[in-house]
Amino acid sequence: MKAIYIPLNKVKTGQTCIVQDLKATGTQRRRMLDLGFIKDTEVKVMRRSPLGDPTAYLIRDTIIALRKEEASKILVKVNS
Amino acid sequence: MGLTCSSCKKKSIVDLYHVEKTSSNQVIVALAGNPNTGKSTIFNELTGLKQHTGNWPGKTVTNAKGFYARKDKEFILVDLPGTYSLFANSVEEEVARDFICFAKPDATIVVVDATCLERNLNLALQVMEITDNVILCVNLLDEAEKKHIQIDLKKLSNELGIPVVGTVARNRKGLEVLMDTVYNVCTKKIIPKPKPMIYPEAIETELQKILSMIEPLVPSGFNPRWIALRLLDGDTDILDKITHYADCKGACYHA
Repeated sequence: MKAIYIPLNKVKTGQTCIVQDLKATGTQRRRMLDLGFIKDTEVKVMRRSPLGDPTAYLIRDTIIALRKEEASKILVKVNS
Repeated sequence: MGLTCSSCKKKSIVDLYHVEKTSSNQVIVALAGNPNTGKSTIFNELTGLKQHTGNWPGKTVTNAKGFYARKDKEFILVDLPGTYSLFANSVEEEVARDFICFAKPDATIVVVDATCLERNLNLALQVMEITDNVILCVNLLDEAEKKHIQIDLKKLSNELGIPVVGTVARNRKGLEVLMDTVYNVCTKKIIPKPKPMIYPEAIETELQKILSMIEPLVPSGFNPRWIALRLLDGDTDILDKITHYADCKGACYHA
C-alpha cells in the first residue's frame, strides 16, 4: 500500500495534511524549511483568498500565506 | 589618498550599521526573534518606550533604538525585525543578518516562543553560527503553561551551550534575570560557548578544505566557519558585503 502524495495547493479548505517532501530548490526551499515546512509537519488549509491565490495555511501555530506556485512544490499526505 | 565612502559613492555598510557609542560604558544589545514572539514587548518593558511599533521604515537601524541602564553600564537596545531566518530571503532578514554581522553587538538576545520552540530554535541556531555572544530568551511561558508545555531551561542551556532565561514579558516576569544575564555576557562574566552545528560528513569535508584556504583571509571579527558555509551556499551577496566592509574599515576615518 503506497501512500499517494499530492501538492499542497490541491488540498481542500478545512482539511489537514502531513508534509512529505519538498520539490522546491535553492532559496525557495530554504524559505520553506525556515517557515517550518519539514517532513511530518501537520498543515491545515485555512482559507483561500477571493481570487484563489494566495491561500492561508496553519502550520506550527502560525498562519502562513503561500502562493499556488509555492504550495504546488510541497507534497503532502492528506489525513483521511 | 585612499578611497573614501563619499568618493566611492556607495552608501557604506560601515555607515549603515554603525551604532554610535558615546562613552566607554555603553554596550550594544540586539533583539532578534521570529515575528510575534514578544520582542517589542521586551523592548518596551526594558526601555520604557511605548511608541515602538517594530515596523522598519527602510533599512535604518537607528529608529528602533532604546536605552536602559544597569549597574555601571548603559545598554543600547536595538530591536531587529521579526524573522524566521537570517538567509536574506527578504529585506527584514537581510537587515537582521547584517546588523548581527556588521554592527557587532556585544550581545544578541534571541527571543523565542515557548509554545513553538522547534521553529524558533531554527533562528537561534543561525544566530549562534554567526556570533558566540547569544542569550536565549524563552518568552510566553504563561501561554506554554496553558497548553501544558513544560520547558527544561537548564537542559536547553546545556544542549545549546548558551545562557537561557525564561520570561513572561507581559508582566515583567524574568526580565530582571534577563538583564543580569545580558550584563554578565557583555562584561565577560559569562562566556557563552555555542555548540557548533555539525553537518553531514560530505559537507564537513568540503568545509574543512575551504576553511584551511580562507582562514588567513577572513577579516577580524568574522567567524571563518560561517563564511565558509556561505561560500558553500553560494551566497555571493554576503561575501561582497564583507569585502566592502573590510575595504571601508581600512579607508574610512570613522570605522
